[in-house]
Amino acid sequence: MTIENNNAVKCRGVSKVFSEGELAVHALSDIDIDISAGEFVCLSGASGSGKTTLLNMIGGLDVATSGEITVTGKRLDKMSMSELADLRLHHIGFVFQAYNLIPVLSARENVEFVMQLQGVAADQRQQRAMEILEQVGLTGLENRRPAELSGGQQQRVAVARAIVSKPALILADEPTANLDSANSDKLMTLMRELNASIGTTFIISTHDEGVMKFAKRLVRLHDGRIVEDELVEEK
Amino acid sequence: MSTGTQLSWRVIFRLAWRNLWRNHRRSLIMLSAIALGVWGMIWMTALMRGMVDQMIDNSIKTLSGHIQIHAPGYLDDPSIEHLIPPVDTSPALQELLHSSDVVVWSQRIRVPAVIRSEREVYAVTLVGIDPEKEQGLSFIGESITDGDYISSVNDNRLLVGRKLLERLETKLNRRVVLMSQDPGNNIAERGFRIGGVFDTDPQATETSYVFGGLETVRKMLNMGSGVSEISLLGHDYRKLDALKNKAQSAAMENADVKTWAEQDPYMGTMLNVMDGFILIWFTIIFLALSFGLVNTLLMAVFERTREIGLVQALGMKSSNILLMVLVESIIMLIIGLVAGNILTWLTILPVQDGIDISGVAEGLEWAGMSSTLLPALQIKDVVLANTVVLVLGILASLFPAWRASRKVPIEAITRVWQ
Repeated sequence: MTIENNNAVKCRGVSKVFSEGELAVHALSDIDIDISAGEFVCLSGASGSGKTTLLNMIGGLDVATSGEITVTGKRLDKMSMSELADLRLHHIGFVFQAYNLIPVLSARENVEFVMQLQGVAADQRQQRAMEILEQVGLTGLENRRPAELSGGQQQRVAVARAIVSKPALILADEPTANLDSANSDKLMTLMRELNASIGTTFIISTHDEGVMKFAKRLVRLHDGRIVEDELVEEK
Repeated sequence: MSTGTQLSWRVIFRLAWRNLWRNHRRSLIMLSAIALGVWGMIWMTALMRGMVDQMIDNSIKTLSGHIQIHAPGYLDDPSIEHLIPPVDTSPALQELLHSSDVVVWSQRIRVPAVIRSEREVYAVTLVGIDPEKEQGLSFIGESITDGDYISSVNDNRLLVGRKLLERLETKLNRRVVLMSQDPGNNIAERGFRIGGVFDTDPQATETSYVFGGLETVRKMLNMGSGVSEISLLGHDYRKLDALKNKAQSAAMENADVKTWAEQDPYMGTMLNVMDGFILIWFTIIFLALSFGLVNTLLMAVFERTREIGLVQALGMKSSNILLMVLVESIIMLIIGLVAGNILTWLTILPVQDGIDISGVAEGLEWAGMSSTLLPALQIKDVVLANTVVLVLGILASLFPAWRASRKVPIEAITRVWQ
């Protein structure tokens, strides 16, 4: 993959205003941020601070009211819905807070799903899915459907699916929100290991201090503005 | 940017199939509705076609044949004054009647008459027939239930309907007197022994006609060689235009050549509007069905809003989402159609020899109905019913599928994230 100026993500003057009738809510105001390839960034802040909105816009799921967002060198505001779908398919992995998996597919099929969209051959797909599931510690559970997995296991399947096609960027929105602290630590450790081993950029939104301790870079938002952006010392 | 890859049919089918069975009860209700809808379409059509076919068949067999040739004016005044030359005097007619276009034919004398027993008198139509040629052409050759069928054109016996026999308060082998007019407008009468009794549908036919040998009737009426009508059967009662034109050319000038539908406009109209009826019937059933189908799919799409947002976030294109919902609908339609066709077959099988409707048939005799209704299952109706459900079902599914594909990812996902 090609990343201009080593930037995985570049935001310039990004604002987002939600309008409900005459009421305008400024979810994000004039955000400027550069995130380099291979970084492990935590977006923190209280509920309503704009973390999720920023992630949505970086992922091309939502459109900024003003400003420019560039992901892997592509200006999102210049792309069509179809091109955005392609960008997400080939360059971005998502881990959501809940309801991450397709309920009618098994763990392995969920992991394979993105590769199927990418047109990867069946034998290659299955092999890679099994490898990734092993990597996230789910060997033996590959044929279970989401309803037969615990919340932590489901999140690990989601992470496996996010990383299986080696995207440039993984966006995780409160991935540990529904997990206990032990499972939360396991998941974050896993993501850090993957970040270290395959060099994928991670941007994780959280308001959990336990998650923030895994960050290499911590960006704090408050009322839609970045109020703090610091590199965290490696532990 | 690489071009988005289309999801393989196998994956779309797998997703659609599994999604279909997520809500077993709802899917089974919808499948039952489709199956019953198709069953209703085909079954009712088979009954309607059977009814109309039977009415037309009765009409054709009653005496009309597919085509009849008369002298001009006969149909307005069916008397001995309006005769046509017999077939053996017309080489052109002989050639046509012996060609492969004509399956069977006969010529008849047919005049109004009065029949008298020792107790009762009734007005009837006296028909002089060639008994051999009537076999396969009209009902009379196959409907004798008591006594014998007349053996030749010179047979002196009379064939009388069961109902008329009862009304005349007479019996087989007893004598009756027939009275009519000869060509000189003089009374022509003759005594006949009742040689055979016929039973037929509709029962009105049993009281309307009596049959004698052609030459015997000719002698009774003191007439020359003319006949009242020539009746013939072609190969298909729906396609008679060409045969009618040939008959018109071969018959005497000004001959009145008419198809069964022209002689009986009510029946002709029934046949012509039958396909229209069927289409309307199919549309009504389908409309009822489509509300259920669209509602089921919309519910399924609504329930899956979060997932649709998820797969969009993962990079699935709108076209694939549309396809996924459509395939789900097609699978449901196909299973429903198969079940409906099997149900039709299973329910038609036990009644293929006919359904006894004698309880109501008497009241419907005026329309030419019989006491046994034979369902007429036609392949084209089965194909049409299945095509209507499948094609219109897919069209009806386009709306929910389109709704699913047009979901904005963030709006779909927000339902989860908030």
